[in-house]
Amino acid sequence: MTTTEIDNKTGLVTQEYKINMGPQHPAAHGVLRLVLTLDGEIIEKVDPDLGYIHRGIEKMTERDTYKQIVHLTDRLDYLSSHINNEAVCLAVENALEIEVPDRVKVIRTIIAELTRLASHQLWWGVMGMDIGALTTFMYAFRDRELINDIMEETCGTRLTMNYNKPGGLMFDIHPNFQKRVKEFIKHFKVSLPEYNTLLSGNVIFKKRLQGIGYMSKEDAIAYGVSGPSARGSNISCDVRKIHPYSAYDRVDFNEILMEGGDSYDRYMVRMKEMEESMKIIEQLVDNIPEGDFETKTAAVLKLPKGEYYQKVESARGEFGVFIVSDGKKSPYRMKFRSPGFANLSILDKISRGHKIADLVAIMSSLDFVIPDIDR
Amino acid sequence: MNAVINYFSEIIGGFKTLLQGMGITGKHFFRAHKEIITQQYPDNRDTLTFEDRYRAQVYMEHDENNEHRCDACQTCEIACPNGSIEIIFDRVVDPETGKKKKVLDKHIYHLGMCTLCNLCVLACPTEAIKMSHEFETAVYDRSELTKALNKPGSKLKES
Ligand code: SF4
Ligand code: SF4
Repeated sequence: MTTTEIDNKTGLVTQEYKINMGPQHPAAHGVLRLVLTLDGEIIEKVDPDLGYIHRGIEKMTERDTYKQIVHLTDRLDYLSSHINNEAVCLAVENALEIEVPDRVKVIRTIIAELTRLASHQLWWGVMGMDIGALTTFMYAFRDRELINDIMEETCGTRLTMNYNKPGGLMFDIHPNFQKRVKEFIKHFKVSLPEYNTLLSGNVIFKKRLQGIGYMSKEDAIAYGVSGPSARGSNISCDVRKIHPYSAYDRVDFNEILMEGGDSYDRYMVRMKEMEESMKIIEQLVDNIPEGDFETKTAAVLKLPKGEYYQKVESARGEFGVFIVSDGKKSPYRMKFRSPGFANLSILDKISRGHKIADLVAIMSSLDFVIPDIDR
Repeated sequence: MNAVINYFSEIIGGFKTLLQGMGITGKHFFRAHKEIITQQYPDNRDTLTFEDRYRAQVYMEHDENNEHRCDACQTCEIACPNGSIEIIFDRVVDPETGKKKKVLDKHIYHLGMCTLCNLCVLACPTEAIKMSHEFETAVYDRSELTKALNKPGSKLKES
């Protein structure tokens, strides 16, 4: 519906209008289409339109065995692929009451934190680029390459690793793993303060983010926002703290909370989270227990009849796996609770009244990965 | 008065942050010769190195007598989530025991459908298939992505 208004003084006719942002928009980080209702440059409404990369992954799980399902979750939030894999494996292991060796738990945690670091690095680079600072993108990719190399050496691929399997890991860590992780941490301890000087303190960047896209605590809870985006509004929701899984119960790290709720606070949460991730890795990397890298499981896993839920903290928030099993080798129904979907739902609420250019900043601060929203 | 002071101090502070940022980019600019990470692909094709575990596509190992280890057991075909593997086999009567036995005719592999999940390689009981580092997989026609992994004329290695 369009409303037409005539300005009494000037006699000019103003009219609401709609434009498309995406699905092929360089700032949309993927095929997301937003229908914007605008009054001049002011956003009145944002309607996300999904479905451009719907692959029916949830339906595909009903055809696959539990071991095969794991690799599909690489293709949800591809920047947290290891964490997604871990969620499925934990759900299956809990259902079958498989106890995985300590070594597996620690290695999973280290790689999950490396994944989170790589994801936040990429997000930082792209965030700068969205605001107009191209240098950040180059620096972020330079550092992320080191993590990708570690992944390639130990897991075999750089992004969609599929390194987990129910009961353990696909292979043991590479003999160079610990050495390279320590090298990376040493390098990144120098780089991260540079990131902060380059972008976090930059006056233009700050002006573009502070006070933009305010999300109140109540709204965030009402819309089910999770992860760093919610912690920017002072909601304690870190699954690693509240329901520790794998080796998170034996490491010491802080949950980062910020009071402000605007885009800049969401940005700062992620920047500080990178420090915490490094802290976790440092505590674990020298203490990987000896032992097996897998528990032997049956060739075909059959989950007992029932419902199982497992949640983990992915780089974007709470990722949940809900399995309904009827005792067969494939699930009866499998549902993924993806953080991106809930985080996208609040976009309309927090961007009303801002300018179009701010929408790009708000979207970056919410850190969307579209295949995670649209599965 | 205070407002004026704030106004100017904000401008000066702003300039300072910009200069700090410039300092960092300047530092990297002048040190660039030390920290080049860009690779001159494809000029460096001959010197490219890969990690051992790097997965680019599935291949079947053949020895110098053109023999492989695949006994057509179809485990990889069952393990594959995407139906990327099709085993075509003949049943041949073993002259010694008189029993019928599977003999591999073609190990068909659809690279276009493969997600490089490694499940087939892990599942194979005889380690007949492995992951190669052949990463340049672009072809002009989609049909070229489907290939037989066992070489023509190859046969099962006697163990
Ligand atoms: S790597 Fe995975 S998808 Fe590819 S052929 Fe093997 S099992 Fe199938
Ligand atoms: S490649 Fe291995 S798993 Fe596949 S049919 Fe041959 S022997 Fe069996």
